[in-house]
This record gives sequence, C-alpha cells and structure tokens, in this order.
Amino acid sequence: MLMGRLLLRNIFRHPGRTFLTFLGLLIATLAFGLLSTVVTAWYAGAENASPSRLITRNAISLVFPLPIAQSERIRQVDGVKRVSWVTWFGGIYQEPRNFFPQFAVDPESYLAAYPEYLVSDDVRAAFFRDRRAALVGRKIANQFGFKPGDLLTLKGQVFPGNWEFIIAGIYDGRDLGTDTAQMFLHWNYLNEEIKRRGLPRAGDTTGAFVVEVHDPFRGAEVGLQIDGLFRNSAHETLTETEQSFQLSFVAMTEAIVLAIQIVSYVVILIIMAVMANTMAMSARERTAEYATLKALGFSPGFVAGLVFGESLLLATLGGLAGLLLTFPVAALFGSALGTFFPVFQVAQATSLLQLVLAMLVGLVAALVPAIRSARIGIVSGLRTI
Amino acid sequence: MLTQIPLSYSIRNLWVRRVTTLLTASGMALVVFVFATALMLDAGLKQTLVSTGEPDNVIVVRKGSGTEVQSAVSRQQAAVVPTFPEVAVIDEPLASREVVMLISLPKKQSGTMSNVMIRGMEPVGVSLRRKVRLTEGRMFRTGSNEIIVGKSVRAQFSGVSVGEQISFGGRDWLVVGAFDAQKSGFDSEIWGDVDSLMQSFRRNAYSSVIVRLTDPASFAGLEARLNDDPRLSLAARREPDFYADQSAGLSRFIQILGLTLAGIFSVGAVIGAMITMQAAVANRTAEIGTLRALGFQRQAILVTFLAEAVWLSLIGGVAGLILASGMQYIEFSTTNFQSFAELAFGFELSLGIALLSLLFALLMGMVGGMMPAYRAARMNIIEALRCA
Repeated sequence: MLMGRLLLRNIFRHPGRTFLTFLGLLIATLAFGLLSTVVTAWYAGAENASPSRLITRNAISLVFPLPIAQSERIRQVDGVKRVSWVTWFGGIYQEPRNFFPQFAVDPESYLAAYPEYLVSDDVRAAFFRDRRAALVGRKIANQFGFKPGDLLTLKGQVFPGNWEFIIAGIYDGRDLGTDTAQMFLHWNYLNEEIKRRGLPRAGDTTGAFVVEVHDPFRGAEVGLQIDGLFRNSAHETLTETEQSFQLSFVAMTEAIVLAIQIVSYVVILIIMAVMANTMAMSARERTAEYATLKALGFSPGFVAGLVFGESLLLATLGGLAGLLLTFPVAALFGSALGTFFPVFQVAQATSLLQLVLAMLVGLVAALVPAIRSARIGIVSGLRTI
Repeated sequence: MLTQIPLSYSIRNLWVRRVTTLLTASGMALVVFVFATALMLDAGLKQTLVSTGEPDNVIVVRKGSGTEVQSAVSRQQAAVVPTFPEVAVIDEPLASREVVMLISLPKKQSGTMSNVMIRGMEPVGVSLRRKVRLTEGRMFRTGSNEIIVGKSVRAQFSGVSVGEQISFGGRDWLVVGAFDAQKSGFDSEIWGDVDSLMQSFRRNAYSSVIVRLTDPASFAGLEARLNDDPRLSLAARREPDFYADQSAGLSRFIQILGLTLAGIFSVGAVIGAMITMQAAVANRTAEIGTLRALGFQRQAILVTFLAEAVWLSLIGGVAGLILASGMQYIEFSTTNFQSFAELAFGFELSLGIALLSLLFALLMGMVGGMMPAYRAARMNIIEALRCA
C-alpha cells in the first residue's frame, strides 16, 4: 500500500518528464503495431487461403500460360471436386497508380470454388448473363465509386488495347480477411477478343487452374497426380496448395518483409534507450532519498521494487495507450494506402506483443538503476544532497 | 559584459553525464541509421538500374508495354528496325533481337522459388553491353543449349554454377560461363541464344530489339521513323530512361516506407533528447543562476544549452552513419514489382546522403533542445541561485 502511494507520487514528481516518456512509449508501441500490421497484411493472402483449393500453374513460371484443354484431364483425377481457371488480366484504370488486380475467370465454376465471395442472386445472374459483365469487390467499388451498370474502361498491359466492361454488381467478403479489392471478368470474352484482335498471345490458354478437392488432407497427393499427367509434355505443370502459392508471392519480397521486421524491433530498442535514460536520471536524483529509506529500515528489495514499479507502471500505461491508438491509426493508414494492401487489420497477436514488449522495456530500463539503488551505501548516499 | 560561454563547457557537461549521453546518442544513432539506410537503398536501386542502360543504346518494344517481359515484337517488325540509317554498322548492323522471359529457380538461402529473367540474344547483343565481362568459363555458342549467368544470380540462386545443368522449357541447359556486369541490372539475368530459347518456349515473337545509334543525337530520327510507320506499332526508348522507369514503383515504395519510419522514429529520438536536456537544465539550476549573475546574457545561456543538444545529436548522427556505412557490404535482393523478376542491388552511400543524415540528426537535436534551452534562458537569477 505504502509502496503504491510512493510510486504514484514519484511518477508525478516531474510531470513534464513523465509525460514525455509516456509519449515516447506511446509512439514506439504505435510504430511497432503499425509495422507488424503491414507484415500481417503481406501474409493476408496466404492466411485466408482455403486448404481445399490447389493452384496448378506452368512449371516454368507463372507468366507462361497453360492450354485450357488440360482442365478436362485434371477433372478426371481421383479426388478432384471442381476445376476452374483464372488468368491475370493486368489492366490500368485511368492511371497506373489506381492499381487493382483483375482476373479473367470462368464465372460459374470460379464463384462456386470461392464461397467466401458473397454475391447476391440478382448480381450473380447479371454477371453470368452478359459476356462483358464484370464483378468488382466492395473495397474498390468504394474507392472509385463504381455502381452496377457503370461502363468501365481498362487499358490492357498484358493484352494491349482498350477494354470495356459493364459492372454487373459488387461482391462482399464473408470474413474480415477476405480480399474485396479484385475485379472478375469473363474468360470467354477475353479469349474471343484475343482471337478476334489477333493479339500476340496463344488463344484457349489460361494463367492457372484452381482445383477444388473433396478431402483437404489428400491435397498433396492429388497435386502430384495432376503434375504426373503432364510430365514430359509441352506444358508441364506445378500444383501446390493455395496457401503455398500465395506464400511464393510473399517469398519474392521476403527481403523487404525482413527489413520491416528488423526495423520494428529497432524502434523498441530506441525507446528502451530513452526509457533507461529516464529511469537512470530519476534514480540518480533520488540517491539521498533511497539512502534515507534504507536508514529508516526498508530493505534493499523495497528500494529496488520502487524503481521497478515506477518504470513498469509508466511503460504499461504508455504501451496500453499506444495499443489502443493503433486501431484508429491503422484504419486511417489502410484507407490511405487504398488497394495496395487488400486486407489491413490489426491482429490480436500484434496487440498482445505490443503490451508484452512495452512491459519488457519497462523492466529492462529499470534493471541497472534498481540494482544500483538497492546497493546504495547509507552513509555515502545520505551525503549526496 | 560577457556574451559567450566557451563551447568546451557544453562538451564537458556531456562528458560528465557519460551514461545519459551514451543512451540518448545511441537512440539518435539508430534513427539516423534507419534514415540513411533507406536513402542508401533507394540510391543503390537507382544506380543499378540507371547504370544498366547506355546512352547511345535504344530499346525498341511494343507500343504501350513498360517492360520487356510484356512486350512482343513480331519477326517482320523486328527485321525492319536494323535497316534504319540511325543504327550503327560495323560490318553488320549493331542490333540484337532479343527475347526476355521469366523462369523460377530456388534461392540459395531460403530454398523458395523466385523469378529470374532469362534473356535470349544474338551474338552482337553481348558487345552492345560494354560493361559486361566474362569472369569464368566461356561465352554460349549460337544455336546451342548453353547459357551464362550474371554475378548476382550466381550469388543468390542455387544450382547455377559453371558446369551445372538446369532444366526448363522441356530442355536441359548447360551453364558454361559467368559474367560480371558491374553492379548493373544484367547481373540479375541469365543469357542464352535467342533462337534456342524461342524454340524451346515455342515463342514466335521477340520481346525487344536493342540497337546502337551512330550518334546519341540521332535518337529523334529513329523515334520519328517508328512513329511514321503504322505497320510497326513499336516504341523506342533510350536505355537509361527505360531502366529508370523500371525502378519507379519499387523506388517509391522504399522511399515512402523508409522516410515514414524515420519520421516516426525521429519523434521518439527528439523526445529522448528533450528529456535529457530537461534534466540537464534542472540539475544545473544553481549553475545557470551563477552564470547569469556573472553577467552572461540570456542569449548566451540559450546558445550554450542548444549547443549541448546539437553536440549530442552530432555524436548520434556520426555513430549512425558509421553503422550505416557498414551496410555497403550487404547485397539486397528482392522482386521488382514492375518486371516481376528478382533484382539484386546494394546500399549506396554518397556524400549527399551523409550530409543529409547529419542534417537530420542536427535538426532532431535542435528541436529536442530548443524548449529546455529556452527554459534555462528564462530563469530568474535570484530564484535560480537560491536552489544551491
């Protein structure tokens, strides 16, 4: 009880310094939270992948297409429930910075394979009916103000020329982590136009197959069978689970992810230096007081507890404030970045780590001052006034 | 009237509080480190891609495609370009029809697959890149399944040493040589014979045509000739411009991320400096009173404490720069968003970046020291002296 009162009094002895330290901790915790959220967003695609979906692509690399005829042979593999296909369209809406991914898909089978994209029956029917129809996600619809019935013109990067689509409707995500920053169009329409316009790209091909399996535990086995079908053919395939397919994208930029992770711990080190400095200063100023406490008969443990308690209290308060502030700031940050990160959510693990790290900073910062204060010689301590 | 307090006073004060000085300065050093490395990485990326191009080389791609991978130039179109009068001729036109594709290879460190650019070229293509030198083995032969690999590809990917075979496009390819392109983007590429590569990938179209101009000024003529011919629908770019555009997206990303981080961190470091200086002022109240009583002006007190904060930040700034300069020995390798292929580049420390980092450190010191110094200068002489 006495210790608690002493702690509070000590904290408010230098209100300015306490406030600055608190602010520093808040900012550090906030920065750490934001950086961790960026890393989480990087992995969002892999995190939300379904274990029952496999992706089959050209074994050489993703940029080489596969003939659509392979879908028939894949469908016959034992354990395969459904086969759909998807081609990266890569168009620009007005300006390159308005980036969002567009995919040419086989509408019926694709939406069936991705139940997490919620589409109303009307929109579904409208999308299926018109070959030039497009389905857009809620996030890009909000960002660019797309409405059903709008005419949307994209400038093709992979498929040169101007492409016009009619927005059939908007889809929502079933889960918080569902990517709603994509646009889907008819693969059939793209395929016909490739032939009609005489584009330098083989017709009747697709970028990848999406293979849904009956039993997720047999995914690897089914994948091997599919690849076996096309071994030594002109179009060898590589089949992997949707998750490892997504992770291969993360792996391409792993150096950047690693740099962000390192930096997020550097910020903790910086604040540790600031905090340790504050505690060392306070303890030095109070040398005489601590000596007095010891002269009155308080144990060295009590004195050390005072230093630790003050540091820990301050660090926890700052950490908590930073933790709470992370949510609104992340929301702001996410909307500013637009579609660069389709999913930008603060993970629970991030919040927990923020709190633990803040408390760790408090403990480490108080370590040396606490030991030193506990060891103060009464006589020499009292002499320093 | 005494107007100036010697600088040594500020420095000695920092020395007296060694531990505090060290802690505050190391906080600042870390911030300067982050600031400098972000700028260095961006400079390294730009340097790599800009040095890839040569001023008298022109790259011809399909109209509207920003990268060679996306481009397609038909055989008929490609046959026309070398006949233009702007193209230099030494026995034969200095023009190389090339094909650029991506293949996945496993990385050495993590074992994960990443995209590598593979370039098929005509024999003249090698001499169009003046920087490239063979460092090991020999050149690939025309019409063969031989390839040579860039320095960074050798360093980053496994299974690509001279004498090893890699298989893609339904064929086995023999690595017969390795080349050094002097830190340019070609270091991240694999080269082979254009016809063999097109055949095994069943491609009918080239990706680009690279030509050497008779004179860098004749670029406009070549460009006009391409635009005037409606059959061609090709676009010409000077190589340095073309490669600078390739880095735009990644460069912007590194800049925004690095500078946002340094910005947030600097707030933390400024707070650290503020706390330290605040305490310095509080501890020395009596001393300040004495100085004022001796006849030193308020301004002199302000300058002294500000100088102390600036010295502190300078120590941090120099330490941070020394840390950052160590990064020059590290190679950074990631996928370039625009070309979708792995690109290796380094951290490039220039004089400009060093000065900018120090300036940034000084600014942090000034901002952090201003308030405490102002408080010290505003002290009442009598009350300050009473504290003793």
